[in-house]
Amino acid sequence: MSTLLLEAERVKSYYHTREGTVKAVDDVSLDVENGIILGLAGESGCGKSTLMNTLMMKIRPPLYLVDGEIIVDGERISKMERKEIKKKIWGVKISLVPQSALNALMPTKRIIDFIRDVVKFHVDVSDGEIVSMARKRFEELNLPEDSLYLYPHELSGGMKQRAVIAISTLLNPKLLIVDEPTSALDVSTQKRVLKLLLDLKKFKIIDSIVFVTHDIAVLRQIADRLVIMYAGKIVESGTLEDVLSNPKHPYTAGLIHAVITPEPEIRKRGLVSIPGEPPNLINPPSGCRFHPRCLHAMPICKKVVPELVDISNGRKVSCHLVKA
Amino acid sequence: MLLKVKDLSKTFIVGLLRKKEIHAVRKVSFNIKKGEFISLVGESGSGKTTTSRMILRILKPSSGSVIFEGKDPWALHKIEDLKWYWKQVHGIFQDPFASFNPLYKVDRILYQTFNLLNIESDAEKEHLVKESLKEVGLRPEEVLGRYPHELSGGQRQRIMIARCYLLKPKLIIADEPISMIDASTRAGILKLFSDLRNNYGTSVIFITHDLGLAYYVSDRIMIMHNGSIVEEGTPDEIMEHPKHHYTMRLKEDVPLLYRKWKGF
Repeated sequence: MSTLLLEAERVKSYYHTREGTVKAVDDVSLDVENGIILGLAGESGCGKSTLMNTLMMKIRPPLYLVDGEIIVDGERISKMERKEIKKKIWGVKISLVPQSALNALMPTKRIIDFIRDVVKFHVDVSDGEIVSMARKRFEELNLPEDSLYLYPHELSGGMKQRAVIAISTLLNPKLLIVDEPTSALDVSTQKRVLKLLLDLKKFKIIDSIVFVTHDIAVLRQIADRLVIMYAGKIVESGTLEDVLSNPKHPYTAGLIHAVITPEPEIRKRGLVSIPGEPPNLINPPSGCRFHPRCLHAMPICKKVVPELVDISNGRKVSCHLVKA
Repeated sequence: MLLKVKDLSKTFIVGLLRKKEIHAVRKVSFNIKKGEFISLVGESGSGKTTTSRMILRILKPSSGSVIFEGKDPWALHKIEDLKWYWKQVHGIFQDPFASFNPLYKVDRILYQTFNLLNIESDAEKEHLVKESLKEVGLRPEEVLGRYPHELSGGQRQRIMIARCYLLKPKLIIADEPISMIDASTRAGILKLFSDLRNNYGTSVIFITHDLGLAYYVSDRIMIMHNGSIVEEGTPDEIMEHPKHHYTMRLKEDVPLLYRKWKGF
């Protein structure tokens, strides 16, 4: 059994808003093992990004951690002071590249000056050391070193994204979380970003990756395990091969069928999308939250919330159609 | 021939003292027949959007011509003539949020189309708006009277397409219409464009960086690189026998569901 880098136990994080409580992450348990790339997939608004912020303990009102525990590399960060988390956990043990990371760089600072500020916050090293560290890392990752001396607006979208990823992993965190890192990029640039992530792992700069996206074809290229999220809950998880070749939850099957790639298998079955829209999480549907859009819904689905059960070797599904 | 584009070019001049010329589009030529669905595929910065903006009469070409039904849109100046062009040639853009004014209800963007149509009765207008929403798979009672931020990206883009059902343009230029939309609803929106073509004979220029999407809906694919069209053919020709090295790279870079990339 491999060791766990991250354990989240029955986590609930809600937004308290004037319109009501948004249950964006509702009773989610998630483990990330050492050495794997975990792909998290789901539609916009299903709570993927909120879950990632919660795993980092990047929690600010109106978002509240209502329940649950988060353990990163043996440290119970769900109980830690924010100040301590900032200094000892973020960037050092676990790093997050958020969805809007293309705008994370300071427009008025050259990349190298930005790096200097970021690194100094966490460790006590001289300017010279930081520069040589950054140069070495950019060289190792095959990124143009000259770009360190440029301003963000002088870089292309793909280069910016790669620079942000390189900066986030400068202090060799064990776990890197990337949230939709390639959604704004064209296919060729996307491939370069994915290659960079694999290199980070190959060179042992980081141990594990959590990759969040709504594009399953991208996960197919890099992920080892797949977790499918719907309306604030995990509905299915397992190895990439198992989940893709034999999806158990109707939502997972729908997501896979919605993939549009130029392949004979897909041409044969035609293009299908999941009907309807994801629910509002202030008033999620009763029972199984997917039942209003599900083609196989039964009377029980409206009434009883299905548990996420282990059906074999870590393969988990929450659906009344599936018997443990 | 519905649209003839000949030697269309756009050069941007940047800088104040040290002037630099950027050739965004270089001598692009193509024709579109009535009811034809073509895709313009290329990476960011290849000139796809600049080309579309010149056809939409948003950006003046540096040289070359756009002829739609025998007329050059840049030679149209009278408001009736312009209204005619706007009714016939309709654009749909990448960010369905940017197309809306966030201060107004979504109804407004649909009712605005009546400025280009000759319909007087309010009951008739309301009926047409509701019908158009049904055509694009929305329930009128769920979207009318709401503000743009209350709807999902997919719903907003469907409303933009509902405008096409009201206007019945002869040519739709859709610039990355589904790249900001969830993978789970992309197919449904893509199908709406095919439906318009099949039911009303609308011609479509579909602009995308994703060869996979173009493969399913197009009659013809044109590959654009550095401002020029480097290859063109049917979807099967392009996917099975790409000739230009750039097309080959583009094809290799599309992530597939059933095949893993080499070296990954």
